[in-house]
Amino acid sequence: MTRGEHDWLDADAGPVVRPYAVTGRRSKAMPIDLVAFVQAVRDTSTGMFLLPEHVAILDRAKSPVTVAELAGHLDLALGVVRVLLDDLLQQRLITIKEPDGAGRPDERVLKAVINGLRAL
Amino acid sequence: MASEPSEQSPMAVKILIAGGFGVGKTTLVGAVSEISPLQTEEILTNAGVEIDDVTGVERKTTTTVAMDFGRISINNEIVLYLFGTPGQDRFWFLWDELALGALGAVVLADTRRLTDCFPSLDYFERRRTPFLVAVNCFDGVQRHSVDAVRRALDLDGRSPVVLCDARDRRSVKDVLIALVEHVMVLSA
Repeated sequence: MTRGEHDWLDADAGPVVRPYAVTGRRSKAMPIDLVAFVQAVRDTSTGMFLLPEHVAILDRAKSPVTVAELAGHLDLALGVVRVLLDDLLQQRLITIKEPDGAGRPDERVLKAVINGLRAL
Repeated sequence: MASEPSEQSPMAVKILIAGGFGVGKTTLVGAVSEISPLQTEEILTNAGVEIDDVTGVERKTTTTVAMDFGRISINNEIVLYLFGTPGQDRFWFLWDELALGALGAVVLADTRRLTDCFPSLDYFERRRTPFLVAVNCFDGVQRHSVDAVRRALDLDGRSPVVLCDARDRRSVKDVLIALVEHVMVLSA
């Protein structure tokens, strides 16, 4: 390790910036469901300055991916991810598909889940 | 929303894995998940949940609550997500978001400290979320019968009680199937 680097700064040290530093301290965002699917819109340019975290989200969301998985893979808190998604949504760089209401899945879905689990 | 998605998103189905701290929730998720369990963190501040901006509250306590989750692709259209609920009672308000639209819940219980799962039972009974109790038989030892556990938990008679080994894929699979079958009976 070269002089001047912090040798205490390893994976175990955890985050060394406060969570909302990424978003410029903004913490308000739309309540996006944990299992809403996010997908990047193809071939879109934007005048918006994108943070590395925005770019990382767009990269991960080339195929539909849930909010929870984005947060887990990018190691960002959910609140932070929601703010970043809000930015991207306003720039029309992503689409978000919320789960169908608060109702429970119907019988067709339940049967498919049972069959899928049995086949595991 | 403005433009058509280029790929059809699957449908996400949520199952919650609840129970006391250290009862084996993450182990259970890991036993059946097709991905290594991921962790999401929610940031909490003691300034309240409905704040727009954290400027000025930096010195107040912020803490994060971790939730582990896993994924099972059922088919091309349906993906099942298993969310381990935070074990600490004071973070229950996070459960409301998790429980919204959930198919049902597995309440994991350890007969050596059965009382640890009482708060979870109360929560799901109050919310009318379908659940079953899965008794995690550590080391393959069955200390109490299903009936004894049912009596001790004072269950309503509808919610199933099953035995399981949270480390075993087949066993966990059976628990999940039992839950979904229970939900089907309830909604029939």
